[in-house]
Amino acid sequence: MTLAARVVPCLDIKDGRVVKGVRFQGLRDAGDPVECAALYEAQGADEIVLLDVSATPEGRGHGLDTVRRVRSVLSIPLTVGGGVRGADDAGTLLEAGADKVGVNTAAVTRPALVGEIAERYGAQCTVLAVDAAATGQGWEVVVESGRRRTGIDVIEWCEKATAIGAGEILLTSWDRDGTGEGYDLALVEAVSSAVTVPVIASGGADTAAHLVEALKSGASAALVASILHDGHTTVSDLKHELASAGILVRP
Amino acid sequence: MVPTGTANVASVSAAFLRLGADLITAAGPDQVSDAAGVVVPGVGAFGAAMARVDALGLRPALRDRIGQGRPTLVVCVGMQLLCRDSEESPGADGLGAIDHTVARFQGSIRVPQLGWNRVEPGTGSRLLQPGWAYFANSYRMSQIPEGWEGATTEYGGRFVSALERGNVLACQFHPELSGAWGASLLARWLDTTREAA
Repeated sequence: MTLAARVVPCLDIKDGRVVKGVRFQGLRDAGDPVECAALYEAQGADEIVLLDVSATPEGRGHGLDTVRRVRSVLSIPLTVGGGVRGADDAGTLLEAGADKVGVNTAAVTRPALVGEIAERYGAQCTVLAVDAAATGQGWEVVVESGRRRTGIDVIEWCEKATAIGAGEILLTSWDRDGTGEGYDLALVEAVSSAVTVPVIASGGADTAAHLVEALKSGASAALVASILHDGHTTVSDLKHELASAGILVRP
Repeated sequence: MVPTGTANVASVSAAFLRLGADLITAAGPDQVSDAAGVVVPGVGAFGAAMARVDALGLRPALRDRIGQGRPTLVVCVGMQLLCRDSEESPGADGLGAIDHTVARFQGSIRVPQLGWNRVEPGTGSRLLQPGWAYFANSYRMSQIPEGWEGATTEYGGRFVSALERGNVLACQFHPELSGAWGASLLARWLDTTREAA
């Protein structure tokens, strides 16, 4: 394999600021999105994800100004998610400077949305964001920033959404998000082997060893947030450790 | 900039702005013929992008300047438009500057190719240098055509990651999203538009 594994810092945005919580709750301030994005790019980030964590519950659209400001400084790919309810919303985010658009709650409510965005803008910019909660037998999809369980099987949902046009899956373990307990490796492995599009593992990273595990479990990319925002490590340090573990990364 | 109606226009514009160049959107064929440099960004489907080019009547002007080797940058699907046609959109005619059918990636690899891969230019390349570039594609050219210099990349076999001829630069990757390496490539191409002006 010659395609490098990606390290993808995620900036959760609320009211124009980067925030971070545990299991999507108890949000605390973690800085200015433009400064964070530029810093992580300089450290060697392969891509930046911006998620408007407050977009769905409060029923409002994305902070387009934040997207524009981040785009103006960023020369690596930018994925934006949160509050995308129609293909027009995706278009608005792309015009503001996103390269890929994540859909979550609205796609669960109306799966055809995935196909509509893919048809208009291509599968390569249609990212299915899935928040998965363990049930004991498997995982179910949770929506509205974790507030509502749907009973929908995560694997079946990922298979269905990629069949109708999703080009990538941003797979977040709700149980592990912000906990530092490591990615849910069984979840990463189950979804990665069920689909042929790239999977970004998300939720629970605390150490480089956690990223190595996720990438060896089938993920094409590893999302990181808290450990960077808290200054526990840098993208550069993480990539050095990945390379030492035999994982191909962009230097 | 040719409005292909697709998604990476903001990223391309931002990348050129950082280099001090303000892109304007072409309204018709005269601008495409007269401009010192023309950029064809492209994210999305081959047929849809070509339909936009035709709706604006830009096909002859684009084909002429590409044939003459005048400064023209074509990105991702923009590069594929140089070809005769594509498996992605059967029945849609490309610009036909290259007699080749663009085909989908084959083999046990994840498609789309999303991420950073190595670009390895041939010895005759002038603008292209080796480095890591960001790709987002499901289709690709498999052979460097006669009369072009180019670079290849490995993903389920070798594919053509870039081509150059005269001051025409075609990138399957996204130079606007390829960090400092991509910015330096854009800067070298931009210099050719200043020489031509």
